[in-house]
Amino acid sequence: MSEFRLPSLGADMKDATLREWFVEPGDTVTKGDSIAAVETDKGIIDIEVFESGTVKEILVQPDEKVPVGTVLATIRSGGKTQGHAEPRKAGVSEDKQAPPEDMPRALNIQPPPGGERKRISPAARKRARELSVDPENIVGTGPGGAVTLEDVASSAGPAAPTGTVAGTAEKQAEAAASSMRRAIAAAVVRSNREIPHYYLSTSIDLTPALTWLEQQNAERPLPLRLVYAILLLKAVAGALQKVPEMNGFFMDDAAQVKDDVHVGVAISLRSGGLLVPTLRDVHRKNPDELMAEFSDLVNRARSGHLRGSELQDATITVTSLGEQGVDTVFPIIYPPQLAIVGFGSIVERVRPVNRAPQVRRVINASLAADHRASDGHRGALFLAEIDRLLQEPERL
Amino acid sequence: MNREEIRALALKKLLQVAPDINPGELDPKTPIRDQYDFDSMDFLNFTIALGREFQMDIPEKDYVAIQSLDGAVEYLAQHIEGSAEEN
Amino acid sequence: MKTTYREAMRSALQEALQQDERVFLMGEDVGRYGGCYAVSKGLQEEFGEERIRDTPLSESAFVGAGIGAALGGMRPIVEVMTVNFSLLCLDQIVNNAATLRHMSGGQFSVPVVLRMTTGAGRQLAAQHSHSLECWYAHVPGLRVIAPGTLEDMRGMLRLALEDPDPVIIFEHNALYNREGELAEDSSITDIRRAAVRRNGSDVSLICYGGNLHKTLDAAEQLAEGGIDAEVVDLRSLRPLDDETILASVRKTHRAVLIDEGWRSGSLAGEIGMRIAEQAFYDLDAPLARVCSAEVPIPYAAHLEHAALPQVDTIVEKVREVMGQNV
Repeated sequence: MSEFRLPSLGADMKDATLREWFVEPGDTVTKGDSIAAVETDKGIIDIEVFESGTVKEILVQPDEKVPVGTVLATIRSGGKTQGHAEPRKAGVSEDKQAPPEDMPRALNIQPPPGGERKRISPAARKRARELSVDPENIVGTGPGGAVTLEDVASSAGPAAPTGTVAGTAEKQAEAAASSMRRAIAAAVVRSNREIPHYYLSTSIDLTPALTWLEQQNAERPLPLRLVYAILLLKAVAGALQKVPEMNGFFMDDAAQVKDDVHVGVAISLRSGGLLVPTLRDVHRKNPDELMAEFSDLVNRARSGHLRGSELQDATITVTSLGEQGVDTVFPIIYPPQLAIVGFGSIVERVRPVNRAPQVRRVINASLAADHRASDGHRGALFLAEIDRLLQEPERL
Repeated sequence: MNREEIRALALKKLLQVAPDINPGELDPKTPIRDQYDFDSMDFLNFTIALGREFQMDIPEKDYVAIQSLDGAVEYLAQHIEGSAEEN
Repeated sequence: MKTTYREAMRSALQEALQQDERVFLMGEDVGRYGGCYAVSKGLQEEFGEERIRDTPLSESAFVGAGIGAALGGMRPIVEVMTVNFSLLCLDQIVNNAATLRHMSGGQFSVPVVLRMTTGAGRQLAAQHSHSLECWYAHVPGLRVIAPGTLEDMRGMLRLALEDPDPVIIFEHNALYNREGELAEDSSITDIRRAAVRRNGSDVSLICYGGNLHKTLDAAEQLAEGGIDAEVVDLRSLRPLDDETILASVRKTHRAVLIDEGWRSGSLAGEIGMRIAEQAFYDLDAPLARVCSAEVPIPYAAHLEHAALPQVDTIVEKVREVMGQNV
């Protein structure tokens, strides 16, 4: 019998609210399965079980807020000897067959999925035990991706039950940053591993949109002025109405195209790292509503007050690195989404307009899309539609 | 209101928008976005904060004048009634 | 005082011959010719043919004679031109010198000092270039030491002569011409303890003899890249100073062993195993070693260079251990 406790998911995490159980008593779980979702100030995070066995009792109910270390459930040791529980679906589990209590201990020893033991240096393993952290969950930076002493130390952070790590604010900030780095790392590694990306890019004449925007802003008081990013977001949402297969998720070996457009907006943080909060129902909202929400999200993302739910449910992501001066972005899809759109910086270029050269303000739009869900032809139509919509900004 | 007061208020607003700016290191003559990670959203927030603080509207076409701290102080000084004469 | 390793050893021989009448030097060409590496040049003029003795070209005979002289109360220093030729007297060293104290129940001691050059790097070809000190470090009853610094070159002979049992001193031939500042303080030499030649916190580089300078150079280069390496100079290859080695590894949590011997069955392998046995839970990265390529050491300069541990290969291996892919 073991206790499934609320783990520390970052150095500054003190408590979390349980949001959802993916398992119920009697379900079989395998070490490494995500069995619950908790909400922290960094968003909703799935937490894993560190031992194989059977869920005996659930002790914390959804929406309860509990401190780190609280026992959330009890797990009866004794894993399955074959197969792999799929507890995400097992919330409605058919596999209710609990192994007998007297199952031989030896059967608990299972090779981890994939066959190879995770690389953890002996010193890191020992230190992790002293700090009561699970080294299996730490991203390794040592030779061959092994978890090293330093990785354990930075993952445990100052909140770890030890007197040896200095609890300075600087260290805490570092540990928080490294925990975000790990989250980003996990997402992009998964993306590059699982998603066959294809990339398309086109340059769009933004002059009409910007001219319209300047006219609008000239008439608006300061707090109601729009930034051009809003027009880009509206154009993306509009284009998705015509090419919906860029919008949604790839899950369970199939694309799940969504009707509602929730756009994840990549926001870089001053301290490094990025957050991708969600602007909901972009296709239904007018630019003014979006501007108010966007501005609120950016400000709160940067001051660290995003709600966990605001980091969820995006059906597509838009990233704009234009202000950092790059022409073109080659973005990585945020799994399990189907596509991501990147915008570069606005540059002045000579373009033919009505057969005469003119200086126009141009932006490069790029698309990375999941080739399992769509093909380049549809991607091209999608970018072309964004372009078309931006030529008629008043209709956005 | 003299320029020093304007500068102090403008800097306060700037630090509210971008707390990572070190006022000791900020070069008042160089555009802020050339020195810090200060994007258009930050700039808009800064402009809104200035507009609110000094109770004035700053049209978009004037944004170019307030890119640097010195520029902003100069612009504000000229547009606040009665302050320009003091200097 | 500025001097060379060759002069440091010559002055050590001179001092030993002056201070103890029982001391004499013998070997091939050590007298009239002044030594194959010119280490004993001028000593025959100073001490005469009785004490600086040229021997026939028979390692077994003159090493055996040295063992006999030691048993008879003398303090012979026997120079074997290179460790490669010492295979001809392996029987004398392993079956006689190393065993007599044990087999006589402690009645006999063999206070012989054997000096041998070792190592490659001077284009002397395979039969003169191998590093076989590991073979002697395998044998109980012998003390095996290797000077890496000028002070040790100068001071180890005196300590070896004080030892009542056979001692083999391995002098890396690439060191003889090397020049440096010799500290006057003779107390800094020790033939029992390894020495930390450079303090560091990230990785322990464990080496000896002719590779000490390459390793120190590698450590400097690594420091530029932000890796703080500690350099441990073994000094004694048998017995090994586990305490110093382990203290360093427990501090840095990583070890790279630099050994000019061949990798298979190397001293580096032995040291690595001791670390694994005694400091496994302190290790934060796999152990690693930089050894010579498993070929007879080539004659051609570029191939010889490629076959030996070099600053570059040490740096590269350390970066690998640090998780910096190069």
